[in-house]
Amino acid sequence: MNQRAHSAEQAQDFSGIDRAALLAELERLLPKDSLLAVHEDVKPYECDGLSAYRQVPMAVALPETEAQVVAVIKACRAAGVPLVPRGAGTGLSAGALPHPQGVVLSLAKMKRILHVDPVARLAVVQPGVRNLAISEAAAAFGLYYAPDPSSQIACSIGGNVAENSGGVHCLKYGLTLHNVLRVRAVLISGEIVEFGNHALDAPGYDLLALSIGSEGLLAIVTEVTVRLVPKPDHAQVIIASFADVVTAGNAVADVIAAGIIPAGLEMMDKPATAAVEPFVKAGYDLDAAAILLCESDGTAEEVAEEIGRMQSVLENSGATRIRVSQSESERLLFWAGRKAAFPAAGRISPDYYCMDGTIPRKRLGEMLLAIYAMEKKYGLRCINVFHAGDGNMHPLILYDANVPGELERTEAFGAEILKLSVDLGGTITGEHGVGYEKINSMCDQFCADELRAFHAVKRSFDPEGLLNPEKAIPTLYRCAESGRMHVHGGDIPFPELERL
Amino acid sequence: MVQGMLDEFRARIMERKPLRPRGGGSKDFYGGPLAGQVLETRAYNGIISYEPSELVITARCGTSLAELESALAERRQCLACEPPDFGGATVGGAVAAGLSGPRRATAGSLRDFVLGVRIMDGEGRVLKFGGEVIKNVAGFDVSRLMVGSLGTLGLILDVSLKVLPVPPGDASLRFDLPQDKALEALNRWAGRPLPLVASVWEDGVLSIRLSGAQAAVNAACTALGGEVMGETAATDFWQGLREQTAAFFAADDQGPLWRLSLPSVAPPLDLPGATLIEWGGAQRWLRIDAAAGTLRDAATRAGGHATLFRGGRAEQRAGGVFTPLAPALMEIHRRLKQRFDPYGVFNPGRLYPEF
Repeated sequence: MNQRAHSAEQAQDFSGIDRAALLAELERLLPKDSLLAVHEDVKPYECDGLSAYRQVPMAVALPETEAQVVAVIKACRAAGVPLVPRGAGTGLSAGALPHPQGVVLSLAKMKRILHVDPVARLAVVQPGVRNLAISEAAAAFGLYYAPDPSSQIACSIGGNVAENSGGVHCLKYGLTLHNVLRVRAVLISGEIVEFGNHALDAPGYDLLALSIGSEGLLAIVTEVTVRLVPKPDHAQVIIASFADVVTAGNAVADVIAAGIIPAGLEMMDKPATAAVEPFVKAGYDLDAAAILLCESDGTAEEVAEEIGRMQSVLENSGATRIRVSQSESERLLFWAGRKAAFPAAGRISPDYYCMDGTIPRKRLGEMLLAIYAMEKKYGLRCINVFHAGDGNMHPLILYDANVPGELERTEAFGAEILKLSVDLGGTITGEHGVGYEKINSMCDQFCADELRAFHAVKRSFDPEGLLNPEKAIPTLYRCAESGRMHVHGGDIPFPELERL
Repeated sequence: MVQGMLDEFRARIMERKPLRPRGGGSKDFYGGPLAGQVLETRAYNGIISYEPSELVITARCGTSLAELESALAERRQCLACEPPDFGGATVGGAVAAGLSGPRRATAGSLRDFVLGVRIMDGEGRVLKFGGEVIKNVAGFDVSRLMVGSLGTLGLILDVSLKVLPVPPGDASLRFDLPQDKALEALNRWAGRPLPLVASVWEDGVLSIRLSGAQAAVNAACTALGGEVMGETAATDFWQGLREQTAAFFAADDQGPLWRLSLPSVAPPLDLPGATLIEWGGAQRWLRIDAAAGTLRDAATRAGGHATLFRGGRAEQRAGGVFTPLAPALMEIHRRLKQRFDPYGVFNPGRLYPEF
């Protein structure tokens, strides 16, 4: 068992698993249509929203109840088989990429809204419930669930908890972390635990904060209590045009410095508006080097006051043109272009690769100029949409996977953006998670001791390392091998390894 | 100089004897018994960076909360979660204790505002988690794990906190209401888009604070009615709650001070003793001299937990001042403690008697 235990140093060996015995056991534990094991059935699970990485799993378990989740976990643990949890499969970091010797644990069948309490302003839901379905269920009470990742029609709350998902309204309304009160989960031991409660805090260490964004490495979520907040009566959005990206980036900082917290503050560069406009006809200024979408919400009086202040700051910051939405339909149209950025990228290019770094707001212009230089260096186009208010960027690198070498150039382009994000004082991922995709870039952001600490946290929950192995936290061997060492105080992991 | 202090901290830690990191000492009363030699952090102070347009401030642990807040006030910004100063708190101590003030129910807790930390672990290693940006999901959220850990996982060195602008409008209202009606009103109002940021009920009087855009505050005053408090009186009133200098908190001769953290909709508790209710009903303070089990049972039945916040006799504090954890959670706590502090250096017994 020892050589199989989770360690910070090297990946585990999961060879020698008795597949037939495990499948027989899972078949016994699960309803008839809750276990998929033949190739055609498991093939659809080979990737999540990031289809560049694919791996067919050994089997897919789709439990319908918490008791079945416990049973699957216990069976896999007894057999030493890794488990890869999966929600709606919309993730963008290959966090749900199957393990070749592992079982995908899909929570998709657990999709009941158990309880909506309008007085306590909370909803208790199963992990497979879609993000938007919660707000729809709460709408009758004038309430909603605030975090709104762009995939909210499809993504599940369990996945949101795993990734600490954001959205366009995070600056004012917070991330998943700020809007979840309680997570009920099953540990690898099969024990059921609750992190948080329906009060505002819980005794002991903040395991709720630790579990949110843990990418399925610590426990399997079986129930979530989310906080519901009153829906603002009114909202209006400003579109401001800028003649260059640096001025637009500075305007973002000016809005915040003026003491305004916009409900949403998004930036699109010229290639991005050019990509979406023919598709959506949002009326964007196609001459502008960049546009900002700046939203205010609240009571009608509050919005009128704030829109006035925003408008004057943007004018003073060098906006060349300003439009304010005059109706709800116009507001939605202004947003439609921003929300269509990903599909538009898919329309103008066979493939695209979405990055997710976050940088200090004041570095936005600098980052854009660097990305423009990288486009030339790698011979690839990139369109840029940002959650500018919180410095979270989504450069979309356009490529064609059928052209030999383009995917590799794209990955190198992406890695350089992430490295620059770290160098500018930011992070490699703002809201999409590390998953499998950015695991090597973690070596740029954290030193060996920090990675060891993450592995220690992992072992505190999952000593055998069976939950989503080889995701989120790289082993020190992987960092050494990929040549991406964040050397800290001269402490090089694996000093005995040769480095060429 | 900074490096020299880090070396000194490391040298003390490497002795592998129990240490008690101490900033202002303003919360020495809080948590389990004090153990170990004092590790003074006050000299390791100073604001490392503050950029109002980034909404982030980074400071060393020994920085006084007062200094940090005065730097923010100069730029009309604030710590919206209002951690108490208790007469000299430091940034490190505030984060270790994880306490938040009157605005917590709507603004969020101190934990919600922590963006990153640098710590020195039980083996003297300096580790950085999180960062200075609002959205950051790289690695486990170890920085927020430090909030409320009472310094048991490591020495908190530097902290980055999200800050917010001071809202332009502010007004406070009072209503004569019995406890059940006050709880009902608070939960009803919280479901409406009102700029209600803080509340307190005591002795038949409900006081609320409205804060936000001036227009929204004015509209809410008109909609809710009640008696408007004078500006200075209101400022002092909310400060008295945040700092626990208000009469209710100062009256330590009236029995131990219990803090019950409950769902805001929990009905009034059937317990004797004076009660003060904050956070829209979610934080209930009791002055009561009863067995710990009585309070814990009442809190558990209501869906929350109870802490013996201040005072109490030895037998009331014997099992620990915080609500005991379920065995599976305690096991995770032990393992985390073991991994961050393998020699049991930091604040043994301060959070739970078990570690």
